[in-house]
Amino acid sequence: MSNRIKIAVVGLGKMGLSHFSMVNAHPDVEAVACDASGFWVDILSKNTKANYYKDYAKMLDEAGLDAVVIATPSRAHDPMVRAALEKGLHVFCEKPFSLNWEEAMRLTELAESKNRVNQVGYHYRYVGAFREMKRLLDAGAIGTVTHVLAEAYGPVVLRENKKSWRTQKSEGGGCLYDYAAHPLNLLNWYFGEPARVSGSVLNSIFSSDIDDEVFSTLQFDGGPTAQLTVNWSDESHRKMTTRVSMIGTNGRLYADRQECQLYLRKPVEGLDGYIKGWNVKYTTELTEDPWFYLRGEEYSNQLDDFISAVRDGKSASPENSFRSAALTDKTIALIQADNEAAPQVLKPKIADTTAAKKRGWFGRG
Amino acid sequence: MDPLLFGDNQFFGINHMSEEKARNQAMRFQDVSAIMEVLDAAYDEGVRTFMCTTHDRVVEICDVMRANPERYKDFIFYPCMPYAHKYANAVTDHGMVGALTHFMPEGGMMSTIMKSGKVLASKDVEGIAEVLIDVEMKMFKGLNTPVIFMQNVFVDLLLGLGFTKVFRTFHDHVIRTYNAEPGFITMNTPMLYAALEAEGIENPIICSNINKIGFRMSGGLDAYLHTLKTKQIRAIAMSVLASGAIPPDEAVEWLSKQPNIQALLFGASSRRNIVGIRDLANKYMGANVQPRTEAVS
Repeated sequence: MSNRIKIAVVGLGKMGLSHFSMVNAHPDVEAVACDASGFWVDILSKNTKANYYKDYAKMLDEAGLDAVVIATPSRAHDPMVRAALEKGLHVFCEKPFSLNWEEAMRLTELAESKNRVNQVGYHYRYVGAFREMKRLLDAGAIGTVTHVLAEAYGPVVLRENKKSWRTQKSEGGGCLYDYAAHPLNLLNWYFGEPARVSGSVLNSIFSSDIDDEVFSTLQFDGGPTAQLTVNWSDESHRKMTTRVSMIGTNGRLYADRQECQLYLRKPVEGLDGYIKGWNVKYTTELTEDPWFYLRGEEYSNQLDDFISAVRDGKSASPENSFRSAALTDKTIALIQADNEAAPQVLKPKIADTTAAKKRGWFGRG
Repeated sequence: MDPLLFGDNQFFGINHMSEEKARNQAMRFQDVSAIMEVLDAAYDEGVRTFMCTTHDRVVEICDVMRANPERYKDFIFYPCMPYAHKYANAVTDHGMVGALTHFMPEGGMMSTIMKSGKVLASKDVEGIAEVLIDVEMKMFKGLNTPVIFMQNVFVDLLLGLGFTKVFRTFHDHVIRTYNAEPGFITMNTPMLYAALEAEGIENPIICSNINKIGFRMSGGLDAYLHTLKTKQIRAIAMSVLASGAIPPDEAVEWLSKQPNIQALLFGASSRRNIVGIRDLANKYMGANVQPRTEAVS
C-alpha cells in the first residue's frame, strides 16, 4: 500500500469519472477523488473503497497526495493547478489548460521551477496514427510541407442547450476550446507557433452564447499554411472525428484516429517499410496495449506516462507538458483576437429547432 | 449457447480500422432492409444468434422479427446494454443527474428520488440500475433473449471505479426478471474475472477480445490464457482476427486450441464472409453449424 503513489482525480464529470476509473485501476496508484457537487462522491463513497472529498483545499491539506488530475470545467483549472503546485504536487490537467494563456505560462514556470511533472490531457498525441504522422514529418517524409488541413467534427450541440458548462462562455465552453483545441494542439506539435493567424470565424449555430463552428488560417514562419475547420454541431459523425491532411513536395500525409496514410513520390531513406506510392498503417498496429483499457488506448497511455513519471521521481512527462499546452492556449487566443478584430458580417439565419426537441434525445418515447 | 454469434458493429458505422469504411457501412445499412438482408443470410446459413447493442436502430430489427414470428422462430438475441454513446450524449446535454433522471420512466418512484437530489442509499442505486435495465430491455419484448450483456464501456468503467456491486445487481436482476443468463463484455478479462469472483459470481459469461497477437487484451495475452486455463469461465471470443491483422484460417485454428471458449463472436457484411467464418468454425472448433433446411427456397 505504502509504496504506491497517491493521486487525486478532481472533478467527476464525464472526463473525470473515466480518468478516476483508469487511475484507480492502476497497480501503482492509490486513488482519491474530489468533486464539489457531491453526486458521485455520495454514491461512490458508499459503494467503493477509495477515499472521497468534496472540498479541494481540505483534500490538499489532509490527503497526503503525490499528484492531482484536474478534470473540472476549464474556468476552474488555474486556481486548482496553482494550489496543487504550491503544495508541491505533480499535476495532470485536462485540456484546454488555461483560458488565459499568460496565466498558462506563469503556471508552466511555477511547475518547472518546482521540478514537478506537468502534463495536459491532449490525448490525440497518444493516438498511434497521429504519433506516426509526427514521426514521418520529423523524418522529412513528404519533403517541404506547404499545405495543411486540420479538421474536427462531431455531434455535441445539436440544439440549443444551456445546461452544460461546455456551452457556457463564462465556464470556458464553446467549440474552439472544447473541439478545435485538439487539432490546434496537433498543429502546434507538428509546426510550432503560428506566425500569423487570419480569416478566423467563430459562429454560433444552435448555441446562444458560444461558438459552434470555427474556421481559421494559420501560417507558420518558414512552414506551411494550415486551414482549420471545426464544427461540433454535425450529427453525421457518431462521435468526435479529428483529421489532419498535409501536402508536401514529396507527397501527401493523412491521419485520423484509426489510420495514417502516406503517399510518397520517392522513397525516403530511413523510413523502413514505406514505399513509393500509397502506404497505410493502422492505429491498431501502432499502439501498445495499456494496463487497463476503458475507452481507447490513448486515454490510458497518457495517464500511464504521467503516473510513471511521478512514480519514478522524474520532473517531466514525455509528452504534453504545460509549456506545450500553453502554446495551444496562446494559439486559441490569437484566433479569438483575429475574429474580434474582423469587421462584423451577418451570420447565417438558423431556423428555430425547438419543435424537434420533444422527441427526446434518442428517438424513443 | 451457439458456437457462433453474429455481431452488429458493421451495421452501425463502427469500424476499428477505417473511418471511411465505417461511413460507407453506415450508408449501406441506413435502411433496415439492408440489415435484414445480412441477418437473413446469417440465419439461413445457421448463424442464428445476434449479439447487438441496444441501439435505437435495433428497435426496427425487433419489429421485423415480431412481425414474422414463424420465419424467425429460432432467432436469438443477445442484447448488450447500454449503448454508451446514448448516455454520453445525454450527459453532455443534461449533466450527470439530469441524464439519469431522463432515462427514468416519468413519474416513477426512481425518477422522483433522482429529482429530489437526495442521493442515495445502496438500495436506491440498485433500484436505478434495475429500472435502467428494464428500459433497455423494452425493445426486445416477446423475443428470445437467453443471455443479456452489460456493454464493455460500462463494465470497464465500473470495474476501474471498483463499483462492482452493480455487477451483482445486474446479474441478479437479469436472472430474476428475464430468466436469462447475465454476461459481461470487457477489454480487461483477468481483472474482471477477479472482480466477479469477489462478488460471488461463478462461472461467468465473459465476452472479450481473444486473439493470437494479444490485440486489445489488457492485462496481456499471458494473463488471458492463464484465466482461460485455470478458471471456471464461459468465454466468448471477439476480435479473433484482430481487426484483420491475422489471416482467418490461422486465427480460428489458434482459437480452437484455447480452453473454455464457448463461442466466437464475429461481424460480416456479406453471405460469403459469414459462410467463410462458419466453415472455419466447423473445421477447427467442431462447431457443426449447418444451414437451415427450411431456408432453401
